[in-house]
Amino acid sequence: MFETSTLNARNQQVQRLVRILFLMMTLFLIVPVLIILGTLVVKGSSVISIDFLFTSPTEGMTAGGIFPALLGTVFLVAVDLVIAIPIGISAAIYLSEYAGNNWLTRVINLAIINLAGVPSIVHALFGLGAFVLFFGFGTSILAASLTLAIMTLPLVIVASKESMQAVPQAFREASWNMGATRWQTIRRVVLPNAIPGILTGLILEISRTAGETAPIMFTGAVFFTPFLPQGIFDQTMAMPLHLFVVATQVPGVPEDLPYGVALMLIALVLFMNALSIAFRAWLRGKKKW
Amino acid sequence: MVAGMQPPANEPGAQVEAANIKLAVRDLSISYGRDTALGNVSLEIREHEIFGIIGPANAGKTSFLKSLNRMDMFNSDMHVKGEVLFNGLNIRKLRNIYALRSRIGVVFPLPVGLPMTIYDNVALAPRLSGMKNKADLDVIVERCLTRAALWDEVKDRLNSLGSLLSGGQQQRLTIARALSQEPELLMLDEFSIAVDPVTTMRIEDVLKELKAEMTIILVTNLVQQARRLADRTAFFLAGECVEIGETEDLFTDKVKDQRTNDYIEGRFG
Repeated sequence: MFETSTLNARNQQVQRLVRILFLMMTLFLIVPVLIILGTLVVKGSSVISIDFLFTSPTEGMTAGGIFPALLGTVFLVAVDLVIAIPIGISAAIYLSEYAGNNWLTRVINLAIINLAGVPSIVHALFGLGAFVLFFGFGTSILAASLTLAIMTLPLVIVASKESMQAVPQAFREASWNMGATRWQTIRRVVLPNAIPGILTGLILEISRTAGETAPIMFTGAVFFTPFLPQGIFDQTMAMPLHLFVVATQVPGVPEDLPYGVALMLIALVLFMNALSIAFRAWLRGKKKW
Repeated sequence: MVAGMQPPANEPGAQVEAANIKLAVRDLSISYGRDTALGNVSLEIREHEIFGIIGPANAGKTSFLKSLNRMDMFNSDMHVKGEVLFNGLNIRKLRNIYALRSRIGVVFPLPVGLPMTIYDNVALAPRLSGMKNKADLDVIVERCLTRAALWDEVKDRLNSLGSLLSGGQQQRLTIARALSQEPELLMLDEFSIAVDPVTTMRIEDVLKELKAEMTIILVTNLVQQARRLADRTAFFLAGECVEIGETEDLFTDKVKDQRTNDYIEGRFG
């Protein structure tokens, strides 16, 4: 009764082949990640020390540390989040929970898709025109973070909206049927279940913000400054621009130095992501799930 | 009762007549796009009765329930015509829809365990209406879970996730949540589909007790369940309300329409 027919055998053979094919594709995907991380660790780790992290560059950027750039990028990301989180999540709540299926909603969605498609150098020029010149913020952390926020808002909106729409409609209706208003339903039923997805969106946003070079080049980041930023109207050094500078713009930089800078940039992004993931875990713990 | 829910005082005649009529439906028609789900239904549901609705699939039973607490507002495709008077007040013209819904408890065939703790599921409705005192909430949670025949199974894990309960337990949680609203009207739509027979009998006993406190509409595809519970029963067929009568009459030769008899005897459906 359970003899293997030729058809069975062929099906099973195809199944094994397909599985191996998909596995190889997946492995192929992680090869570049491993090569990048491996190279950076091998070549860059010798550069990294406490001094490297906490001193300024010296001798025309060919020696010393990265502290102003590190601090600048943390500043840029922090101000960017303060701007992007309230706007992005409010917009996502509106689009997911309130917006009807009408022309206004379609125009907004189209605008968000287009915003996501604009090249970062165009955002940079927009930021220069709008925030640096028109609003008169000058080249500053504020102007750079505003530019970054506008560029990364679609990420926050789309990720938050999708995680809210993944909450089953039956949950909302159960809540409405008890006499809850839309906002009560959002606050007590939709948002608590959408927060992991929203935080995933923020993680993407942080990674993107910390690594972008073009939008901050004209709006707030500088080649070199001996001063640490004191407030949001100061210029600042930033990690991605600093990496670009030491890798290509300055003669006589020791070969390992750019690798060290790149390694620290990745470490910084991973660290900030780890904070969000820890926050997500803390929220879950608080709810006793 | 909220002031906005009072029937108009300048119609004394209507008020006397409405005294023990909880819900009056007049010429109610429901359609989805071009498809009619229910046509020209008129009926009255008395206070403190269990009103059964039986009928095969697609008879319009669920649509009927949905129209009673304005769930048509959730679905732009669903159109309702006619009058529904709740406590003598036309709910189709009611502004404060939230007050109406908080007076009507709803249980649908598929359980909806909200992804929050068991305790929070049952405490949600009292909290929505502003109750914060933990001791008061504790009392409500225990009473509602006990009535829904779930307390003994979950009393030691009120803080675990409601959506992790089994299907039958989630349905009883849904019933407990509906009771936590202390509704004037409880609507049950084939509540026993996901519940085992023993528990079903326990819940049926509870419903008989609850009748003293509220009006109950029981939509069921189990003819015998309607016979056990309902004081009066309506038979819906293909969007038409074929017959309304004392439940026992439908099971004897007092039945007026041959189709009702055929359905109850199991000749179709």
